[in-house]
Amino acid sequence: MFKTFIFGIVLGVVGTIVAVLFVPVVDQARENSVITVATNGGSAEAFYINIPTDRIVVGAPGDAPKLPSGLAWPDELSAASADMYKLRNVHNAVIGVASRVVLTDVEQGDVVEWVLHMPARGSLYIGMDVDNIEGGARLGTLHRGTREFSKTQGAFSERWVAADSDDEVNRGRIELVSRFVSIQQPASVTE
Amino acid sequence: MMKHVLALVVGVLVGALAVSALLIYNPLAGTRDLTPLSVSDQTLMQLNYSGVAEASIAYTNDGESTTRPHPAKVLQLWEGPVRRTDAMMTVLSDARGRNVGFGIKYMSDSEKTNIINGDAIVDSVWHIVLPGRGTLFVEQTENYWGFLRDVVLPAHLSAADSWKGNWSGNMTAGPGALGTARVIGGSGEFAERTAEAVESRTAKAYSTRQGAIALDGQIMIEMGEQALAADNDAP
Repeated sequence: MFKTFIFGIVLGVVGTIVAVLFVPVVDQARENSVITVATNGGSAEAFYINIPTDRIVVGAPGDAPKLPSGLAWPDELSAASADMYKLRNVHNAVIGVASRVVLTDVEQGDVVEWVLHMPARGSLYIGMDVDNIEGGARLGTLHRGTREFSKTQGAFSERWVAADSDDEVNRGRIELVSRFVSIQQPASVTE
Repeated sequence: MMKHVLALVVGVLVGALAVSALLIYNPLAGTRDLTPLSVSDQTLMQLNYSGVAEASIAYTNDGESTTRPHPAKVLQLWEGPVRRTDAMMTVLSDARGRNVGFGIKYMSDSEKTNIINGDAIVDSVWHIVLPGRGTLFVEQTENYWGFLRDVVLPAHLSAADSWKGNWSGNMTAGPGALGTARVIGGSGEFAERTAEAVESRTAKAYSTRQGAIALDGQIMIEMGEQALAADNDAP
């Protein structure tokens, strides 16, 4: 019986080590990336945010509407507002979270920035132009990508797309489109 | 026959517990107390925040974690691809305790987590907004192993389901070669500047029911002379 006990200990030690080595502790759920080849080379990918169902936080100074109820926006941040959303792919599946920050600064100029965070892929830090272009879209540039996006550069756009009349839940959605090229490639990124 | 089966089962349990204890209390997998920024001769910008969800502007996760979302009605991240992600929007204060801006932090459990090496890795990014100065983005991998081992595990083993003490440690483990976070400036005085950073935490109380009760975070960003001038000009 003692030999069986010792054998059990060895089995437990080996079994635990094998489990620790080969059973993944973290296995992030993934949706297929829907990426298309851009006409100028590189890749294009579209992301969507349904309004209002994907809004997590709406933070703004003063009497501006806030979300969720009970959210307190600090008085010191009267020059800034920030929204946080769930981020979807073209198949309407949630793939990450995103935030949009607007900073109103008299001296240094206004700032509009996005951060898109996709847990299984990486994050994107994007600076947007303050002024819209014709058609209501706003263009921007990738400041930094992490992990999957760490070796990319390129352009980004945001625009509001009104919902179809038969959509009783959402008023519309924010459409975000990235057009990235690999840093190793000769960069020729245009809108 | 039953005795042999019983001996085998007890032996397996003893072996599994022995390996688990060795992994958890592996002295080689400790908290890093010293970072390259500790000996840096560059100017450091210090930003502080509360790690307690209720003290944040907003905090959300899958709604089933120990840390409860705040405010209570905030939308939760229950979908598969975001279920292992926490998102926090919080006020940031400087070394003098003045509120100087806010930060949005996304934290996702990383597939680089490796129990053998004592790596409980979280991929995280900060979007830091400092009105009047500009914006920054911090990319880092954090290692929560020391925090889990020294704070969370003792709380679970405690009869009171809580932990009280004084724990501090550096969370940042990369992606910089020296275990520092990468920083890039987005606008204002930080535009197009790069820097390194380290995030640390100080915990004093933790509950298995509520999560962190007394927890402070600190981000140290290595800045150049330009930032020093701005700090000194501040009222």
